[in-house]
Amino acid sequence: MCFVLFSIGLYCILRKRNIIKIIIGIVIVEYALNLFLILIGYRIHGRAPIVAQDQEILNMVDPLPQAMVSTSIVIGLAIIVVLISLAIRIYEKYGTFDITKIRRLKG
Amino acid sequence: MSNEKGMSLIVKTVTRLTFGLIIIYGIYIVLRGHISPGGGFAGGVIITLSFILLMLAFGKDNVLKKLNQSRCLTFSSLGALIFLFIATAGFINKQKAVGGKEHFAIFGAGLIPLCDIAVSVMVGTGLFLMFFALVLLVEEKEGK
Amino acid sequence: MLLFFITIPLCAAFLISLFNRKIKNLSDFIANLATFILFLFSLSSIKLISLYKIIVYRLGGWMPPMGICLVGDGLASFMLVTVNLISFLVMIYSISYMDRYTDKWKFHALFMLMLAGMNGVILSGDLFSLYLFLEMASISAYVLVAFGTEPEDLEASFKYAIMGSIASIFILLGIGLLYSYTSTLNMADISSGLLNKPKGLLVGFVAVLFLAGFGLKSALVPFHTWLPDAHSSAPSPVSAILSGIFIKTLGIYALARIFFNILGISDKILFLFMVLGVLSMVVGALLAMAQNDIKRMLAYSSISQIGYIVFALGIGTPLALLGGLLHLFNHAVFKSLLFLNAGAIEYSTGSRKLSDLGGLNSKLPITGGTSFIGSMSIAGIPPLGGFWSKLIIIIAAVQTGHIGFAFVAVLVSIITLVYYLKFQSFVFFGKLNQAYIKVREVPLVMKLAMVFLAGISIFSGLLLTPPFKDFLQSATGILLSGTAYGQAIFGAIK
Repeated sequence: MCFVLFSIGLYCILRKRNIIKIIIGIVIVEYALNLFLILIGYRIHGRAPIVAQDQEILNMVDPLPQAMVSTSIVIGLAIIVVLISLAIRIYEKYGTFDITKIRRLKG
Repeated sequence: MSNEKGMSLIVKTVTRLTFGLIIIYGIYIVLRGHISPGGGFAGGVIITLSFILLMLAFGKDNVLKKLNQSRCLTFSSLGALIFLFIATAGFINKQKAVGGKEHFAIFGAGLIPLCDIAVSVMVGTGLFLMFFALVLLVEEKEGK
Repeated sequence: MLLFFITIPLCAAFLISLFNRKIKNLSDFIANLATFILFLFSLSSIKLISLYKIIVYRLGGWMPPMGICLVGDGLASFMLVTVNLISFLVMIYSISYMDRYTDKWKFHALFMLMLAGMNGVILSGDLFSLYLFLEMASISAYVLVAFGTEPEDLEASFKYAIMGSIASIFILLGIGLLYSYTSTLNMADISSGLLNKPKGLLVGFVAVLFLAGFGLKSALVPFHTWLPDAHSSAPSPVSAILSGIFIKTLGIYALARIFFNILGISDKILFLFMVLGVLSMVVGALLAMAQNDIKRMLAYSSISQIGYIVFALGIGTPLALLGGLLHLFNHAVFKSLLFLNAGAIEYSTGSRKLSDLGGLNSKLPITGGTSFIGSMSIAGIPPLGGFWSKLIIIIAAVQTGHIGFAFVAVLVSIITLVYYLKFQSFVFFGKLNQAYIKVREVPLVMKLAMVFLAGISIFSGLLLTPPFKDFLQSATGILLSGTAYGQAIFGAIK
């Protein structure tokens, strides 16, 4: 499942010409990765890793990947904001979202 | 749409009702972050969402009176600085920073609630700033 | 002590963004002060490392397999000195260079964030915080490349951001797989854990992912397409940082750390390094010949020099590693010098086309002189620093029997000489273009930074002499010790 999503996202990045679609591709890949990280830490019938006041939890899922995912979501947010603001500016200057037409740099 | 700013009457009324609730919920999550799930980041995001909702419903000018861009930036960096200083305090005196002895009590976690508040200020205003910058970019483009 | 390398730039960044409107020119002052303090700290870290060998700082007092730790060893202190030296000088330079842009304080704040990210990458002791710092540095680099907001800048930055985020996704996937295999994120723990487990297909796959990710970040040849655009479009101080130290800390340092100390090096990977290195050398040099834009030429030559360093890592003998690290230092110095020169030329003439310029030596004597030193050093003319490191790399290649590769390295060195001579003759010698009669020399602080860098690039060959040799050798020792790294760190904790 994750790898299917991952490949869809990669296809989207590599094959599409529209800037916005490329950004969507990156988002898909990121989410595939987050899902993958969560699944690494999952155990069958596991519970949320919260230490509660009055009960002992024996079968916890691994909390570390969840911490990693929450961090990588934030990073993803930052990257997406940067990319989208770049895309808006590019549209302003070039008047198009098509990367085959944005070719002022060569060589 | 008509000349008045923002969305329809229904949206405005609902926003007016829920706005305070959302903010209170956000603050609750920030303050209880060291005991239960939640914490500075999630709470900050929720508080920001309430402001974004306000902005969507009433148009951006009304919100800007209360919270303009430069003030946002000031708060954001202030929050980050406070967080950093708390962290450095922990570097100097390790025991007091993390060493809460009573578990599951409101004041039992040393400096962590303070960290949470600082993070929530930073994240909230930072996120609002991001949203705001994107909105301004689009407006600028439409102006041309 | 180690923590200050990360907190000082962060603190400076937030202070700058807090007080930017209140006091003018404060951002200059804070940024320069912070980089200066960092430089002093990095020098003092040399002494500390030579005393204790490895310094481990445990965040919050947690023991390493559980908590996050910062690790300073010979290699890290070597990189810290390089990074902070260059960033200090570039910061001095940008006092007057960045006057042309609006919102100077934004540049300073982003620069500080980038510096914090780079120092964090060097010091971090576990894989996930390495990834975090890497992202922090990369995101601020994407924004810095687009700083001019010209169409070219935006396009280059977009390309760079897409490539960079693909690279970080690969790296994160690798980290996730490695975590699922060893169930720890600490570098030392992973390396000792991998020793006891059979190395299956998974480790190979992870190695490929890391190679692709960090290769993208360091612009080795199959992944190099973003570099010339990004480095030539950025403002000159930024391209000096990007080309001089950014691709080395994020690419080469992380590659070396992961492959030598964590995954364990094997003959196949070494051979792969060598092939990638030689490819980068040749392609970079050949493409640099054809350029008309000064900064584009310098960017391609960066690819070629990165090739030298990776080639040296691939040979893998102590001598080669020594040469590679020396070349890393040298390249950081002279490439940032040359980018600053290009910035100075652009500052005073407004053009960076080779065909437009000419005869600037009479008008810009200091820029001309320093860039002559830089060019000759990069091309490997004997008394200068670049000669010694290239010589060592080539000798090491011959010693291990890779005579063909050594021959290619010599050839590329000659090509390098050719295109730098072309650069010199087009820009500084020959007839003065009538349009540039009234050109003036650049302001004092820019001269100061360039003269310093030129001085260092003359004398960096001295790093091989006895008083400094320990410094380099402690860095190579870390790489040579290989997967014993894990035990060394746990030894240092107890």
